[in-house]
Amino acid sequence: MTKNYIELLTDASQKNIDEWLARYPYEKRRSALLPALHVAQDQNGGYLTDNLLQAVADYIDVPKIYAYEAATFYSMFELKPVGRNKVYVCNSVCCMLRGSDDIIEQLKAKLNINLGETTPDGKITLKEVECLAACGGAPAMMVNKTYHENLTSEKIDEILQGLE
Amino acid sequence: MIEIEIDGKKFQVEPGKMIIEVADDAGIRIPRFCYHKKLSIAANCRMCLIEVEKAPKPLPACATPVSDGMVVHTHSARALDAQRSVMEFLLINHPLDCPICDQGGECELQDVAVGYGKDVSRYTEGKRSVKDKDIGSLVATDMTRCIHCTRCVRFGDEVLGVPQLGTIGRGGKTEIATYVEQSLDSVMSGNIIDLCPVGALTSKPFRFQARSWEMEQETNYSPHDCVGSNLHIQQRRQKVLRVAPKENEAINETWLSDRDRFSYLGLLHEDRLAEPLIKQNGEWKTVDWQFALNVAAEGIRKLIDAQGGQKIGAIISPNATTEEMYLLQKMMRALGSQNIDHRTRVTDVSDQKHIGAFPGMGFSIASIEEQSSILLIGSHVTHEQPIIGHRIRKAALQGSSIFAINLENYQFPFDLSDKLIVKPSALVWHLASVAKVLLTKQTNPDSELMAFLADLHVSEEANAFADKLMQFDKGCIFLGEIAQNHPQASAIRYFAELIGKMTNAQVGTLTTGANAAGAWLAGAVPHRSAAQKSVASPGLSAKQMFDAKLPAYLLFNIEPEYDCTHAQTAINALKDASLVVVMTPYVTEAIKEYADVILPIVPFTETSGTYVNVEGKWQHFSGTVKPFGEARPGWKVLRVLSNLLDLENFEFESSLDVLNTLKDSVDGILGGHHNALELPSKMNLPHEGLERITQWPIYRTDNLVRRAYALQENIVNTIPQIYVNNALAKKLACAEGDLIVVSQGQASVTLPLAINDALVDDGVYIPAGFQETATLNELFSPVTIVRS
Ligand code: SF4
Ligand code: FES
Repeated sequence: MTKNYIELLTDASQKNIDEWLARYPYEKRRSALLPALHVAQDQNGGYLTDNLLQAVADYIDVPKIYAYEAATFYSMFELKPVGRNKVYVCNSVCCMLRGSDDIIEQLKAKLNINLGETTPDGKITLKEVECLAACGGAPAMMVNKTYHENLTSEKIDEILQGLE
Repeated sequence: MIEIEIDGKKFQVEPGKMIIEVADDAGIRIPRFCYHKKLSIAANCRMCLIEVEKAPKPLPACATPVSDGMVVHTHSARALDAQRSVMEFLLINHPLDCPICDQGGECELQDVAVGYGKDVSRYTEGKRSVKDKDIGSLVATDMTRCIHCTRCVRFGDEVLGVPQLGTIGRGGKTEIATYVEQSLDSVMSGNIIDLCPVGALTSKPFRFQARSWEMEQETNYSPHDCVGSNLHIQQRRQKVLRVAPKENEAINETWLSDRDRFSYLGLLHEDRLAEPLIKQNGEWKTVDWQFALNVAAEGIRKLIDAQGGQKIGAIISPNATTEEMYLLQKMMRALGSQNIDHRTRVTDVSDQKHIGAFPGMGFSIASIEEQSSILLIGSHVTHEQPIIGHRIRKAALQGSSIFAINLENYQFPFDLSDKLIVKPSALVWHLASVAKVLLTKQTNPDSELMAFLADLHVSEEANAFADKLMQFDKGCIFLGEIAQNHPQASAIRYFAELIGKMTNAQVGTLTTGANAAGAWLAGAVPHRSAAQKSVASPGLSAKQMFDAKLPAYLLFNIEPEYDCTHAQTAINALKDASLVVVMTPYVTEAIKEYADVILPIVPFTETSGTYVNVEGKWQHFSGTVKPFGEARPGWKVLRVLSNLLDLENFEFESSLDVLNTLKDSVDGILGGHHNALELPSKMNLPHEGLERITQWPIYRTDNLVRRAYALQENIVNTIPQIYVNNALAKKLACAEGDLIVVSQGQASVTLPLAINDALVDDGVYIPAGFQETATLNELFSPVTIVRS
């Protein structure tokens, strides 16, 4: 018997996904995958599981491989447990020219973890990502859902301190 | 038409074509990996870069439409430079492990690298490696070799309609994979082996068996379904090592079903019989041909002297060649018996005299795509004839409406406009209701018919279904396996024809086996001899022969315990008969229990012969390899046996001789139509309660497929279990895996329960083609279930 994965999505999540689904014609429902994966990820403490991918695919009624493709392609989806806060530093060309390498080094030293790792207290996950589309404010990083631009060493200390 | 110039030659082409198509048609070779004429354009490999005058940079030939006055250079310095650069990039991560790669020698990457690659790589950094995936019993993976052309991914999306492979990850970390390592569960997945331009996806059973240049290939035709897919059989030193599709746009295009591609694995199964066997005083003895044939002839002659020729029955596989069909029926008729049949699974033959030259389609396979509506009756078309299923999918993609009246809501790779999922005993009832609705909408409905259907209560569902059918424009109706094997098959045909007439649709029968059409034309039916000559008093059908418990049977290439309806009756009749001559490539303990003489014949690769497909297309082939051991082609065995029986006009020198004798008289006959079918005598009410549903699963359909290990291990293969839907399982208070006893009259089987929620309520699906289920008789009849 096939398991009903859809039940893994909370009522609120389902409602939220419905709203996204309503924005696309039925044949283009695959487009709702991205927002739906975000909804599922948010519901699950910031990361997706295999079963959740299946749940989202089933809910939108697309082949599950589509959900798997999207979740592995985009760096904002996490497939392993993460810390309470996600710090995503951009390291694409503009940010790199404006010193993102230094920023990454500073973060690594401060948090005492490597890229892709989570602090032992489960507070912060640090990750390098591709262009955040904030080139005008390079160097930039995204903390949870907030953008921080024109980063400096002081700004970073301040941001880190503000995290729960 | 517009004019373009490629490499100095001018071409008149239709606007909208891509440069690569024009070049391909003209035989101008442009290197490519991602482009494939049957798939959408991805333009992701960039190998096809060419120079177009006035364009600022090289353009991909596969994705650049032609325009008037375009001047293209495929081999200019600029084009070559671009192609070489792309090649260099593609080889960065490719392992270049050609000596241990199965694709070596037939690899597009290798070929193009020879033409465009450098002999020394400038790349000194580390190469990436990718973990191999286990995607089932048919396709082996070496994903490090993948160049991410996405042909395999697009094939799943576009051709199969069941996306299974995808691109996982991004950039340099991209991989091709299934969802969290799943097996491919498609019946056409083997095609990705041909599509993959490198050695990333190769044939698992063929792994490390041979190099392509060591093999020779012959053209042959699929021996499993009525499509007649064209094959290349590849052999080395008289052993068949691989089967690949032979392109034929009118039939299988560039594709092959997995059954056609991998069934060769059963050719040299350990059951193959090398020498004739006879039973003497209860002991089996290996003897020479002369001796065995004399024993068989002697036995037949004695029986005829004692009881008359009409006491012998012959049953031939629907996969036998037309020549074999012809000779066997000729022999039977010369012996004074009309008991010859190839319809091993059919119960109801009451309307056989009304069937045209042969049951089939009166239209071409390719034209299925042009039908604006298609109605499937009792058909799991994608498993029964995968290639026709694919054509229907193409029709659906172009906007046709597809309807189905089935016993199970099959997962088709196309959407259904409407469906009726009904119990076996309600199938005729529903067809009649639909016909009734359509009739009432006619201006001058046939009054006799209206009176006949007067009491029929039409369900709302049927009403709505019929309404939608009314919109049929240029359509067709297909009768599938269940429609043909159903105990009321003639009534189903009647109402299908009636619906067809009122909706302007042609009725086609998708017959079982490779050569049902050939069987009818050659006279392997009890009521007509070769070339459609009706016989004065028809003989018995396959089922009737077993019901009649004849004293003598000739079996040709079948295993009744697996192949026949009412398997138990068949086995009992065979055991009680005084003479059973079995002509078979394979010998089993089951056969030894009822046979008296076993004559080793050969499968399709070791004989010459002809198949006639469902469109009526004759396809002749010659043997690819020598017969195994002392086994002999069936047509020769039949000819010599007839000679020994002193029958006249059996002096055929070759199978072509046989063919020509027959073909002259039947050439050009088209099948597919039914002539003046008769109204069923009465309408039975559907049964209350549980009913058996039976089908032959795709990899259990004939003696060759059943012995192909990779297909038996494949995830698509059905397991002998008792399948019911959730609601029924609940009602029975049974869970998946519980041992269940299903009884049908005196007979019963005990097997684990499995849930298939697509089944109709009260339907109990028990697959045929298994030892475990051969104790049951009726394919569709009431059953009772208890927990074991
Ligand atoms: S596995 Fe083969 S067909 Fe699929 S993307 Fe890779 S190279 Fe192309
Ligand atoms: S064949 Fe044109 S880009 Fe791949």
